[in-house]
Amino acid sequence: MSLDLTIIWAGIIGTAIVLYVIMDGFDLGIGILFPQFDVGDERDRTMNSIAPVWDGNETWLVLGGGGLLAAFPLAYAIILPALYAPLIAMLLGLVLRGVAFEFRWRDAAHRALWDAAFTLGSTVAAVAQGVTLGALLQGITVTGRAYGGGWWEWLTPFSLLTGVGLAIGYALLGSCWLIWKTEGALQAKAFGLARPLGVALIVAIAAVSAATPFLQQHYYIRWLSFPGVLATAQVPLASAIVTFLFFRSLAKRHEVAPFAYALALFGLCLIGLGISIWPDVIPGRVSIWQAAAPYQSQLFMLVGVSIMLPIILAYTGWAYWVFRGKVGAHGYH
Amino acid sequence: MLAIDLARAQFAFTVSFHFLFPAFSIGLASFLMVLEGFWLRTGRGVYANLYRYWLKIFAVVFAMGVVSGLVMSYQFGTNWAVFSDKAGPVIGPLMAYEVLTAFFLEAGFLGVMLFGINKVGKELHFTATCAVALGTFISAFWIIAVNSWMQTPVGYAINSVGQFVPKGSWLPIIFNPSMPYRLVHTVLAAYLTTAFAVGGVGAWHLLRDNTNPGARKMFSMAMWMAALVAPIQILAGDAHGLNTLEHQPAKVMAMEGHYDSHPHGAPLILFGIPNTKTRHMDYAIEVPKASSLILKHDLNAPLKGLDTIPLDKQPPVSILFWSFRVMVGLGMAMAGLGLWSLIARARHKLYDWRWMHRAALLLGPSGFVAVLAGWVTTEVGRQPYTIYGLLRTAQSASPLDAPAVAASLVAFAVVYFTVFGAGIYYLLRLMAKPPHAHETTLDGTPVRSAGITPAPAMIEGGVA
Repeated sequence: MSLDLTIIWAGIIGTAIVLYVIMDGFDLGIGILFPQFDVGDERDRTMNSIAPVWDGNETWLVLGGGGLLAAFPLAYAIILPALYAPLIAMLLGLVLRGVAFEFRWRDAAHRALWDAAFTLGSTVAAVAQGVTLGALLQGITVTGRAYGGGWWEWLTPFSLLTGVGLAIGYALLGSCWLIWKTEGALQAKAFGLARPLGVALIVAIAAVSAATPFLQQHYYIRWLSFPGVLATAQVPLASAIVTFLFFRSLAKRHEVAPFAYALALFGLCLIGLGISIWPDVIPGRVSIWQAAAPYQSQLFMLVGVSIMLPIILAYTGWAYWVFRGKVGAHGYH
Repeated sequence: MLAIDLARAQFAFTVSFHFLFPAFSIGLASFLMVLEGFWLRTGRGVYANLYRYWLKIFAVVFAMGVVSGLVMSYQFGTNWAVFSDKAGPVIGPLMAYEVLTAFFLEAGFLGVMLFGINKVGKELHFTATCAVALGTFISAFWIIAVNSWMQTPVGYAINSVGQFVPKGSWLPIIFNPSMPYRLVHTVLAAYLTTAFAVGGVGAWHLLRDNTNPGARKMFSMAMWMAALVAPIQILAGDAHGLNTLEHQPAKVMAMEGHYDSHPHGAPLILFGIPNTKTRHMDYAIEVPKASSLILKHDLNAPLKGLDTIPLDKQPPVSILFWSFRVMVGLGMAMAGLGLWSLIARARHKLYDWRWMHRAALLLGPSGFVAVLAGWVTTEVGRQPYTIYGLLRTAQSASPLDAPAVAASLVAFAVVYFTVFGAGIYYLLRLMAKPPHAHETTLDGTPVRSAGITPAPAMIEGGVA
């Protein structure tokens, strides 16, 4: 086959993950930060700022999971049992926060309870996603065509670090989103949150970056051997520049720029992740070609994706464009 | 308990909870479409009020269906990894198509639908309602295709690493031998489930005030569905059963409770206690030769029993025998109520016969029970295989330790009972309010689970 559909599919799954992290990240972050906001108008405004988009954002997670099963069934079959506990925690977290959106308006007497469920669910989901990422990066025991480790293999200091790191990152995205979408006292509060969260995220990124080359030998070779290091060094360099721009935009009280720079920082982290694991889907063990579904399966699905993905992307973009303004207590204005 | 049993319990638990919501929302979406269609044609306010009344309920049902469905898309991999690896190339693309097609339609148009007919115009609003109804149907189409392929697998080859892969065209895989029957039977079941839920709510309000126009209208519509669709469903179920006899005879033997072969016409066992030790039906009440009549349309046709199937290839009789009878019994009760309502209607007593209203109230949740019993029948009847005759359930599971599966099962149980318990309580509270002449849209609160539709903001922002 002259056209390698496996690479295209790796690109599609990668895109779905990137879109998911970018889009659901800030609304999970708002859930994490929710207790910081005063009961009543502040919470309602915060909730309203993500109400129209969170449901669509989570679609990408369904597409990522479903796409992985369809395009890389072997990877799906090894990764999901290996990351059993964090994935189930993530799903339960998403269930809790998902219904909280609906239920807090249906039951004013127990609104505090559903607000707590919103925060708990969002935090658990964010930490669990970070742990999942860290556990995948540090390596999974594979025996034959199956997961070969125990049920606690995912739990290491490194995976806990990535778990906390991702939750901090999502909280930062959430606060930057509020800077963009709100005004007045709520916006001032969001500015106040963004700075310490930014510092904490930089520390977490530095720690993860420093630890990664020592997790698996080929990471070390890829990141630090000459002359590849000339290329890979661009990633931390760009990150340093973006970090500087981010803090400067906060200091100058820009409203949109902090969110854009925070997203850029996430993008660079994901590029770094890509550099570490490419072309594997399970680092050091299974490559994308070994995990790939047969050509007919890839092709059949590609037809659907080529038609639907642009429509969904255009539609999503349009939705965000329509909701581009500041949010009030009763929805967007 | 073994890890595999716990994994089966977990899948049964999560899918049963999930299935209740789409079973309701498929029917409810179509019901809303009919209500709005009638309203646009007749201009009668009672239809618009009923539409708004049931739309509030639909929003909550839909939200619970979305979050419980998210869990299902990961259950295959977490608990059934070997199955995912082997069947992924065939069933994966079908499930991906469900996300791509159905979700887009539903998420895209639900916002317009929830937002309210007065603000977006009748044509656009009715289009949105139809699109959501179509989306729920497309969703059912793909999921039933996957499920049916697991029951009657065709069109596959097995590659060098033991995976099922498509042999050529996808059409035989999608439209596999049991798929059309299962699709019709399942979608009709969803319609009936909704009809009886609506009928139960209508009956409840009629019992308190039988002059309420909304209650009268919804009860009347539900009873038309009961009278017309329940008999059709019995015929569809019969056709589905014959199809099962052709492709999965062991399942039918277990449903019928036929431990023994009957060379000269098999009896229909109405009730009995399956004795799994002696492999005999104790205390059986039978109609001689009736089973042969139903299954072969011939009183004296021979029917094989489970004695012709090796023990390790038999589904568990004690579950199937009962789940099948619960489903059929409820189906008959539904058709009976439909008939009762026709008599009442003919005598102009549809809104007066209180015992009939009580019966309808009692049968309000019957659709949900029947749907679950039917689902148990077809899924347990597939045992001991995940892919019928080809891949055993025992060889499909993930390599997990029992404590891990047990812990997650407990976590699912706690979260589901809390969250969906609360959700069902909110639903019942909405249903307990009588429909009145000036039903509001979503009581002024911002629209949740509005999908990705920007219509509300467009209107309020003066864009449209």
